[in-house]
Amino acid sequence: MARTAVLESTDEAVAGIEDGSTVLVGGFGLAGMPFDLVDALIRQGAKDLTIVSNNAGNGEVGLAALLKAGRVRKVVCSFPRQADSFVFDELYLSGRIELEVVPQGNLAERMRAAGAGIGAFYSPTAVGTPLAEGKEVREIDGRTYLLEYPIKGDYALISAYRADRLGNLVYRRTARNFGPVMAAAATTTIAQVGSVVPTGDLDPEAVVTPSIYIDRVVAVEARHYTVQGAR
Amino acid sequence: MTTLDDRSATIEHLDRGPLTMDELAEVIARDIPEGSFVNLGIGQPTKIADHLPRDHHGSATVILHTENGMLGMGPAAHGDDVDADLTNAGKVPVTELPGASYFHQADSFAMMRGGHLDVCVLGAYQVAADGDLANWHTGRSDAIPAVGGAMDLAIGAKDVLVMMTLFGKDGSPKLVPTCTYPLTGVGCVSRVYTDHGVFEVGGPTVVVRETWGIGVAELRERLAVPLATR
Repeated sequence: MARTAVLESTDEAVAGIEDGSTVLVGGFGLAGMPFDLVDALIRQGAKDLTIVSNNAGNGEVGLAALLKAGRVRKVVCSFPRQADSFVFDELYLSGRIELEVVPQGNLAERMRAAGAGIGAFYSPTAVGTPLAEGKEVREIDGRTYLLEYPIKGDYALISAYRADRLGNLVYRRTARNFGPVMAAAATTTIAQVGSVVPTGDLDPEAVVTPSIYIDRVVAVEARHYTVQGAR
Repeated sequence: MTTLDDRSATIEHLDRGPLTMDELAEVIARDIPEGSFVNLGIGQPTKIADHLPRDHHGSATVILHTENGMLGMGPAAHGDDVDADLTNAGKVPVTELPGASYFHQADSFAMMRGGHLDVCVLGAYQVAADGDLANWHTGRSDAIPAVGGAMDLAIGAKDVLVMMTLFGKDGSPKLVPTCTYPLTGVGCVSRVYTDHGVFEVGGPTVVVRETWGIGVAELRERLAVPLATR
C-alpha cells in the first residue's frame, strides 16, 4: 500500500489546508506554476495564508487569483514586481499584504535546508546590502556570511510532468525550478501532474523527486496558460 | 580567479562617437573566453548572446546558464518552438542546445554561489570604484522591492562584469566614488563596460582599458573617480 494518495480531483488534493497555513507554491513566472491546485485552493477557502513562491503572481491567474481573492496575509518571494504583477502591487501599496523579499538563491537554499534538516546556514549573498539588516554576520576563512534560517511549509503545491502511483516525479525543462526543493520542505506535499503512470514505468535513473517527499498526487488536463488565462 | 584576458596599453578611439548598445555587446562578447560558463542578466546583457564566439560548425563556444535552472540555453524561441515549460530568467521563451541540462533552483544557485560560473554580466544603476554594485533598487520609498537572483549573481561568478551607459539620462556619471543607491553586492564587480569606455574596478585605482568618442583627459573631468591608464 503506497503511502502517497493518488487522487481523482484537485478539490480532494487540497482538502484540509487550514487557515493561517504556510504554503510553498512552485513555479517561476508561469512555468511550473501549479495552476489547478491554486484554483482548487481558492475554491477550498483557506485564508490568512503565508505564500512562499518566487514571484507574487502574474496577470490574474494562479497565485495572482489567490491574492485577488483576499486569502493571503503575507508573501515571501524574490521578485514580486513585474510588468504584470498589478494584483500584488495594488495590495502591497495599499498596505493589505505583507512582503518579505528574499534573494532567489537564499530562498531556494532556505527551503532546501528545511527539507534536509539543516538548522541554519551561512550564505555570502546579500552581505553589505539592505537585505542583511538584522541578520547575524560571521567571517569564515576570510569571507563574510549572513546566517540564514530554513523556510518550512505546512503544505507545498507543485507541478510536475509525470508521476507514478508511488509518487515518484519527473519534470519537464525549466518548469522543474522550485518543485524538487519545495517537495522536501513541506509537511504535506501535493503535486499536480500531466499524467500518472503505472509504478515501474518511470526510469528510476530519471526520477527527480523520489516518492518519499510526495503525499498527494492528482493528474490534471494539460492546459496552456498565459497571463490572460487558460485555454 | 579571473579568466579574463589582460591587455597592455589603454586605447582611445577618438575618431568615432560612443558605442551603441549592440556594439558594446559585441565588445563584451569578444572578451569572454571560449569554453566559459556564462550568465547574462536580464535586459541589455541578453544582447551579448548574439555576438558570442562560435566554432567552425557555428556552435557557440560558451555555455549559457540561466538561473531558473538550465545550462546550454539557446536563442529566443519563436512560433512553433515556443514552449511554456522552457523560459529564461526574464520569463522569455527560449530554446535548448545539444548538451543542455536542467536542474532545480537550489542546484542552480549552488553552482553560482559555489564559484563554478566563470562570468556573469549584469546591468547597473551605479558601480563604485571599489567594485560595489547597485542594480536592484532605486531607493525610492514607494518602489516595491524586488531582487530576484541579482544579489546571488553579484557574489557568485568568478568575474562579474557590468554593462551600462556611463552617464544617466540627466548626465550624471554611473561610475561613482561611492554608490548612493542601495547595494546589491560589496566589491563584487571586476570590470565595467560602458558606451564611452571600459574600466577595471575593485583594485587600488580605476584603470581605463579603452574609450570611445571621449578621451581619458575628458573622462577625468566628468567622473569623480581617479582614473589610471596603462
